[in-house]
Amino acid sequence: MSQADALSVRRAQKAAPALSPPARVLWVLFLIACVAVALYLTIGVTDWGFALPRRARKVLAMALVGFAVSYSTVLFQTVTNNKILTPSIIGFDALYVLIQTGMTFLFGAMFLVYLDARSLFLMNVGVMILFAGVLYRRLFGREGAHLYFLVLIGVVFGTLFSNLSNFMQRLLDPNEFLVLQTSLFASINNVDEDLLLIAVLSIAAVTLYSLRFAPYLDVLALGRETAINLGVEHAMTVNRLMIVIAVLVSVSTALVGPITFFGLLVANVAYQVMPAYHHRYLIPAAGLISVIALAGGQLLIERVFHFQTTISVVVNFAGGLYFLYLVLKQARSG
Amino acid sequence: MIEVRNVTKRYGEKAVVDNVSLTVRKGEITSLIGPNGAGKSTLLSMMSRLLKRDDGEITVDGQEVLAVKSDELAKKLAILRQENHISVRLTVRDLVSFGRFPYSRGRLTREDWKHVDRAIAYMELEPYTQRFLDQLSGGQRQRAYVAMTLCQDTDYILLDEPLNNLDMKHSVQIMGVLRRLVEELDKTIVLVLHDINFASCYSDRIIALKDGKLVRAGLTDEIIRTDTLAEIYDLTIPIEEIRGNRIGIYFR
Repeated sequence: MSQADALSVRRAQKAAPALSPPARVLWVLFLIACVAVALYLTIGVTDWGFALPRRARKVLAMALVGFAVSYSTVLFQTVTNNKILTPSIIGFDALYVLIQTGMTFLFGAMFLVYLDARSLFLMNVGVMILFAGVLYRRLFGREGAHLYFLVLIGVVFGTLFSNLSNFMQRLLDPNEFLVLQTSLFASINNVDEDLLLIAVLSIAAVTLYSLRFAPYLDVLALGRETAINLGVEHAMTVNRLMIVIAVLVSVSTALVGPITFFGLLVANVAYQVMPAYHHRYLIPAAGLISVIALAGGQLLIERVFHFQTTISVVVNFAGGLYFLYLVLKQARSG
Repeated sequence: MIEVRNVTKRYGEKAVVDNVSLTVRKGEITSLIGPNGAGKSTLLSMMSRLLKRDDGEITVDGQEVLAVKSDELAKKLAILRQENHISVRLTVRDLVSFGRFPYSRGRLTREDWKHVDRAIAYMELEPYTQRFLDQLSGGQRQRAYVAMTLCQDTDYILLDEPLNNLDMKHSVQIMGVLRRLVEELDKTIVLVLHDINFASCYSDRIIALKDGKLVRAGLTDEIIRTDTLAEIYDLTIPIEEIRGNRIGIYFR
C-alpha cells in the first residue's frame, strides 16, 4: 500500500462516524425534497381541511411518478450503457399517445371519459408491456452492436406511432380532439384517485421484483462483455429489467401522461451531483431529485402561472435545454 | 484444460472461425498468433462465452462453457477483450475491485481488498489508484484492465492483445507477471499476440490461425521457424537465436 493510500485509509477510519460523501448528498437531497413538499403543501392555504388532503394526494402522485420515471430511466441507461437514452426516446411515449388516439378514433371521446379509469389503465399498461416485451426483448436477445440498432428501430417505431396518431387526430371531430388533447398533456392536476392505489400496488410489486437484480446493476453498467465475464447472466437479466422498465413507464405515463424529458433530466442531474457510481446511491438520488423537480414545478405552475400551463410544458422546456447541453458537451469531449 | 472441438462461427455466409479444434493445457501460456482477420479474437470470445458459436463444443475442465452457470465460470475463467469502453466514471481502484464481483457480489471483504491491492501492485498502478480512467494514458488504462482481470483470480486467464498501447517496459512487465502466475500459481493463460517475438520468448505453446482455420499448433520452438511462419504470415522471417531466445527479424 502506498503512503497516500495508507494516509487516506487512516483518515477514513478517523472520520468513521461522519457520513460518506454520497450519503451526505443523499441527506441533502432528502432535506430539499422535504422542504419542497412542505412548501407545496402549505403555501397559500386558506381552508386546511379542503386543501391538505387534495394536495397530499397530488404529492403522492408526484412521488409515484417521480420514482417510476427516474428508476426506469436509470435502469434503462444502465442496461443500454448510454446516458442520453430514455425509454421515451425509443417510442414509449408515442405508443401511449397512439393507444389513446386509437381508442378515441375507434370508440369516440366519450369512451375515454366514461370508461372505468382502472380498465383504461390496465389496458394501457398491458399494451405497453406487450410492446416492450416483443420489441425490446427480442432485440436485446441478440449479440453484437445491437444498441444502435435498437435505438434506430425505436426511433422508427416512435415516428410511425406518432404519425399514425397525427393522422387519426386530423380525422377526429374538433370537440373529440380537444378531449383527447387534455388527456395527453401530462398533468398532476387531473390524476385519477382510483388509479393511485393500483399504481402504488403495481409499482411496489415491480420494484420488489427488481430488487433481486440490484447486485448486478453496477456491473451491468460496465457493458455486456464485462458483465458476462464477471458472471452475470446478461441476456436473462436484461430481459427481466426491460419488463420492469416497461411496467414503470406504463404506470407513470398512464397516471400523468407522457413526460418526455423528465427522466433524462433527473437521471443526469443524479449522475452529476452524486460522487459515486453505485446504483444504491444513484437510484434514490434520482428519485429525490424528481420529487424536488415535480413539487417545485407544480408550485410554479399553481402559484406563478396560476394553472395556465401544465407540468409537461415546464419539464419539456427545462429538459430540452438540458438535453442540448448534454449533446453539446459530448460533442466537445468526443 | 480447455478443449475446443470443431468450432465454427459464421457471419452470414462467411465462416470467420472454421471447424477449429484445439487443446489448451493446464499450467501453460498458450499464444494465439496469426494475421489480422484470422479469427483469434472471435475464438477467444467463444471460449469465454461472450459470443455464441454456430457449431462445435468448448469445454473448460470438462464442462461445456455455455452449460455451466455463468457466475461459477466467472470464478474459473476471466477474459480481457481488446477494446474496453466503460461509460461509468470509475477510479482505477473501483475498476480493479470489480474483479472481485464473482466472489463478493459487490460487497467486498477484507480478503477481497487484499486481492485488489495485490493486483494493483502487480501492475505497478499504486500512484494512480484514485485517478479516474479517463485521466489515464492508454497504457495505464490497459494495465488497469489487466489488473482487474488478474484480480478475478481465476485458474484460466484469457487476454486479447494485452500488450496493446503498452511501451516496451510495461509489455515486458506484464509478460513477466503472466509467466510468474503460471510458474508460481499454476495459472493457465491464453493470449492473442501480434508480436511473434513476445510469443516466442514467453509462451510454452503457440497456436496459429489463418483465415479462420487452424494452421499450426505446437511447442513454441516448433512454430517459431522460418518455414512455419511463412506458412502462417506469407512472409519470410529469418529466425536468429539470441541469448537462448528465438527471435524473428521481420522488420525489413
